[in-house]
Amino acid sequence: MSNMVIRKTFISLAVAGAVTMAQAEVVIGVAGPHTGAYAAFGEQMWKGAEKAAADLNAAGGINGEMIKLVKADDACEPKQAVSIANRLVDSDGALAVVGHFCSSSSIPASRIYEEGGVLMVTPASTNPALTEQGLPNVFRICGRDDQQGDVAASYIVDELNAKRVAVLHDKDTYGKGLADAMKATLNAYGVKEVLYEGLTRGEKDFNAVVTKIRSVDADVVYFGGLHSEAGPLVRQLREQGSKALFISGDGIVSDEFVSVAGSPAYVEGVMMTFGAPPSSYPSGKKVISEFRASGYEPEGYTLYSYTAMQIVAEALSKNDLDPMAGAEWLQSNSINTVMGKKDFDEKGDLTVSDYVMYEWDDKGKYHQIN
Amino acid sequence: MDIVLQQLVNGLTLGSVYGLIAIGYTMVYGIIGMINFAHGDVYMVSAYITAIAIALLTFFGIESFPIIIIGTLFLTVAVTGAYGWVIERIAYRPLRNSSRLSVLISAIGMSLILQNYVQLSQGANQQGVPTLLTGAIRFSVGDGFVQITYMKLMILLISLLGMGILTYVIQKTKLGRMCRATQQDRKMASILGIDTDKVISTVFVIGAMMAALAGVLITLDYGAFDFYVGFIIGIKAFTAAVLGGIGSLPGAMLGGLILGLSEALFAGLISSDYKDVFSFSLLVLILIIRPSGLLGKPEVEKV
Repeated sequence: MSNMVIRKTFISLAVAGAVTMAQAEVVIGVAGPHTGAYAAFGEQMWKGAEKAAADLNAAGGINGEMIKLVKADDACEPKQAVSIANRLVDSDGALAVVGHFCSSSSIPASRIYEEGGVLMVTPASTNPALTEQGLPNVFRICGRDDQQGDVAASYIVDELNAKRVAVLHDKDTYGKGLADAMKATLNAYGVKEVLYEGLTRGEKDFNAVVTKIRSVDADVVYFGGLHSEAGPLVRQLREQGSKALFISGDGIVSDEFVSVAGSPAYVEGVMMTFGAPPSSYPSGKKVISEFRASGYEPEGYTLYSYTAMQIVAEALSKNDLDPMAGAEWLQSNSINTVMGKKDFDEKGDLTVSDYVMYEWDDKGKYHQIN
Repeated sequence: MDIVLQQLVNGLTLGSVYGLIAIGYTMVYGIIGMINFAHGDVYMVSAYITAIAIALLTFFGIESFPIIIIGTLFLTVAVTGAYGWVIERIAYRPLRNSSRLSVLISAIGMSLILQNYVQLSQGANQQGVPTLLTGAIRFSVGDGFVQITYMKLMILLISLLGMGILTYVIQKTKLGRMCRATQQDRKMASILGIDTDKVISTVFVIGAMMAALAGVLITLDYGAFDFYVGFIIGIKAFTAAVLGGIGSLPGAMLGGLILGLSEALFAGLISSDYKDVFSFSLLVLILIIRPSGLLGKPEVEKV
């Protein structure tokens, strides 16, 4: 009996010791799809955040305390996102989170961070509803789907003069939100879509929908969704002999889009909206060359995550490691990052959106359209 | 008109693939009365083996398409068959005399093990294989056209061939006779000198081989796969097996074709948003009218 008491005391001492130890470092979660079909994006996020943390630590950390990153895997599943958000808040004691990736994960997780008083900066979730919830702790350093949809729709109408536009989406928060935003602007321009359909995430056979696109004789196919569905879709479109221009959003920004489609020949000419290339910011040159020197091409969301880490670190260090005070501070101060100066409005959106059109070439790389 | 015909072609190829995978569900159910939930994941494993086989063959400098496809088919079917044997051996045979429920749970566990094993060993990323066969046959219909790609044509032919061979094996050979005997009454069959454990193993191997056939064909056609790809297609194939009457071989093929056609026609002519709702409603309707499926025999309680 007494033995047990002693052991219990010992354990609680040990736990107390661990907690004190943990306070010597700042825990920041990197939440995203580290496994699953969208793991390519999780890797981009992790590489960016990891490098940012290493650079910040080399420069002395946040107010002298070292940054410790915790990898949190949501697999782009809303349910899993909620449970790992709880874990980050309760047992890891994270002060801030870089993430999540999918809007359908970010939205439910953001409420848990708000209750736990944790700062959240997402590098990639573009669904407008995320910042429209009015949560004080939520920020994003990407644009919004209504801005992205606007850019795509005006390109389709003004530059391409397309009259027959088919709109498809993957029935997910991000994909459908983006497709609907694009459709709304398109309709405002007076162009009515010739087809509006949803497909099932995880399936590979879209031949039935493709035949339908052929039957409505579309000039442009706009798809709101991710590369794992966009790849087979564009391939089957070409196999059935459709020459319609394929346009999508920032959900296909990964080299995997090419391998999933089968060959660069299928993705040639595919267009997408994405933020202005990070290499266009002079402040990012050094980081990009360091990434390349280490043998990693910082594609897609890598630099966005790097930037998110910088913003989190700045907000924490200026406010004595108080995440909610940091969140309030972010709404009225601008921060210099590797992707230029960033300003947030009171919702947590960037004041300036920088969406531009990109095109994939016959080598399976994407370039900004001038 | 051309659109309806094209949707028929789409549905027929999709359905024949569902049918191939459904065979694995239906044969296992027929012989030991269990639903092998790991079957979809066996299909997924075969997709990975396909990619590895193609990489191996190209590595050895083989470039002609017929040799690559035959080599890949042979390798994948053999290795996946071995997987089927091992899975039965470690997950199901030790539970042969326990309740059906324990085997079912064991199957779900096997499915999780396979998914996580592939995810750990091959990575969680989307994988792709290069396009090997392009081109299509086109027919003009009215002012449009109906086309079937060479790949789709090959899917149809190979699945029909596979089903044909299987039907012959089950109906005409000694092995088939032993399978049918074990299916009817396992105890009686073993008294008459049939090694029923071996027969059950063989059935698992055949089921896995059929899934591998589908795995090669689909992987070559769609190009893309990941460790989770077995889930949706497994559910669809299981539905096909139930639709046609689980336990019945021709039923699995018929169920697959009906499911594929109904999906393609509904998605193509009405809306792709609700195509799964439509196929599953169809399943419910058929089960209300014929509880044992289209070609299934009413269950006779075994003693």
